[in-house]
Amino acid sequence: MSRHRKVALVGNPNAGKSALFNALTGARQKIANYPGVTVERKAGRMVLPNGEPVELVDLPGSYGLDPTSPDEEVTSQVVLGEFPGEQAPDVIVLVIDASNLEQHLVFAQEIIALGKPVVVALNMLDLAERDGLALDPPALQEALGVPVVPTVAVRRRGLDDLAAAIASVETLEYSPRPKLTLTERRVEAQAIAQGTILSETRTRRLHSRLDTVLLHPWLGPVILFALLFVIFQAVFAWATPFADALEGAIAGVSVFVQDVMPSGLVRDFITEGVLAGVGSVVVFLPQIVILFFFILVMEASGYMARAAFLMDRMMQSVGLSGRSFIPLLSSFACAIPGIMATRSIADPRDRLTTILIAPLMTCSARLPVYAVIIAAFIPNRTVGGGIGLQGLVLFGLYVAGILGAMIVALFLRRSLTSGAASGFIMEMPKYQLPRPGDLLIGLWQRAWIFLRRAGTIIFVVTVVLWLLLSFPKAGPGENQVDASIAGQLANGLAVVVEPIGFNRDMALSLIPAMAAREVAVSSLATTYAVEAETEDAEAVALGDQLRARWTLPMALAFLAWFVFAPQCMSTIAVTRRETNGWKWPAFMLLYLFGLAYIFAGITYWSATALGL
Amino acid sequence: MTLDDINPGQAARIMAVDWSRLVSEEALRLRALGIDVGAQIRVAHRGVFGGRDPLAIEIGRTTVAVRRAHAEAVEVEQL
Repeated sequence: MSRHRKVALVGNPNAGKSALFNALTGARQKIANYPGVTVERKAGRMVLPNGEPVELVDLPGSYGLDPTSPDEEVTSQVVLGEFPGEQAPDVIVLVIDASNLEQHLVFAQEIIALGKPVVVALNMLDLAERDGLALDPPALQEALGVPVVPTVAVRRRGLDDLAAAIASVETLEYSPRPKLTLTERRVEAQAIAQGTILSETRTRRLHSRLDTVLLHPWLGPVILFALLFVIFQAVFAWATPFADALEGAIAGVSVFVQDVMPSGLVRDFITEGVLAGVGSVVVFLPQIVILFFFILVMEASGYMARAAFLMDRMMQSVGLSGRSFIPLLSSFACAIPGIMATRSIADPRDRLTTILIAPLMTCSARLPVYAVIIAAFIPNRTVGGGIGLQGLVLFGLYVAGILGAMIVALFLRRSLTSGAASGFIMEMPKYQLPRPGDLLIGLWQRAWIFLRRAGTIIFVVTVVLWLLLSFPKAGPGENQVDASIAGQLANGLAVVVEPIGFNRDMALSLIPAMAAREVAVSSLATTYAVEAETEDAEAVALGDQLRARWTLPMALAFLAWFVFAPQCMSTIAVTRRETNGWKWPAFMLLYLFGLAYIFAGITYWSATALGL
Repeated sequence: MTLDDINPGQAARIMAVDWSRLVSEEALRLRALGIDVGAQIRVAHRGVFGGRDPLAIEIGRTTVAVRRAHAEAVEVEQL
């Protein structure tokens, strides 16, 4: 079988490459890393009009072939055919923002000068028209000497023409262009842009009107924080009906299994182990989907860059830049993509600091823990103005993580990662309405990652815990959990965490939660399910179990623990990979467990002193 | 007069850039974005705290965020 030809999407950041890639490949995408570096490789298959299948690769956005970041280095090496193990592209699709010709043609000329088969996708033509620009694509084709296809990726316009151009590009004649310096290319870019623009009405553009409000010195930060607050309220309120439905379905299956299966070890394994454990984590899927929905909308609409602008001054005061804001905000969903997103930070000390504080951002895996504890211990009432107390406590936990991260960053930048202040140079993309299809692909990928975790790591850990909890079998009159291997192990750990108010069950849940934080919930559920069975009681909801066994100071201490504790092996693993060694992940583990212990203790003692 | 002296809403032309004050990657990135001698720019927005840092610069149809530290290296003439 002959290899498929490779087509690479190349262009400036914010040229709409990802939307074009999604439109051309649909959901048939493979996301991996380039070997040896931590830059994401997005590849997919598309079929040309002549029936030829080709491999389409979306290269990281770049301003030139002289790299200024690891991302740009990959683009440059792949385009030049210098990346080890990566076949050079046969055809380059140069993606250019139609309303930004002067800027994007600078890099475009550099690519065209390489003499490879190039097709230009003159993208986001609709936004250019909205800005009052009338363009002449044939004139651009004439000036560049390569085929130019007008496209609107988000509306799937021009895709067939683009595919046809890719299929036929090899037969075209090329006149290699002379190598130009950056300044010469910019002068040339301006001339070509002027020749392409038929007319330009200087209307006050939509995005500058939006920026006037969203980047307003006072209003901007207020809007940003209001938005973040709404997100966290929504995560709690909107998800409830879906979570209740899922919970009901799992309980239904559990009852069904109880009815149809003979009682015994296998039935216990399914109801107490699999359904109680994995089921208690899966019910948080709605919340995770809602959180990712907001993050994806902020990214796709162009608002994320504005948030970075607004946050830059604040980040600067702890020695970071607005660029760290995006990885840190992603870490609210999950620290793993957050830590991987730090590769866009050019300064190595800046990057290391951001990696080390990323786990302090409240990731979605903490949500199940927070949600269960809050629902069980914080009364569901409003504190006035339609603000729920539960949502407020959740917001407070997020703020605690952020403040912790800021203080840690300040210390790190003055000690372990000290050095020159970093810069902040960032292009602000135009505002766009996110395309529902792209959002759906993004949400599906995140939900799938979560469910796969629930199906693999969490499943295995839950099952192992169930085994440890169920054996050896307790004698008559003896508590099953006390008799089990897990109970014995937890008794040892309980001595360590007793001063900060944790009981044996809490200590027990911390052990398997090293794999992933949300396992704490499933292990509590499994523990109480096993115990309930031997006590011959009806298995009651986890919340009721917790209320019966924990005090409020204990619950608050448990929440404080999870604000800081690095209970996620995947995060440690990705930190090792991104920092090339065990030194920094070890440091991360130590300092986070230290903080968790101290703050859980402070919370417990002060809550007890206040008589809560 | 440097770019840092320009208020939001005002336009300026870049007369000279002291590249030696900038890290080489940053200098390259600024040039790639079109912040170079001869370019006409407009300061669109500035932050509120700490000396109104950072700045959002309009150059052509692009908006670029930079810090005061960069703006101080850019000599401009107000238009």
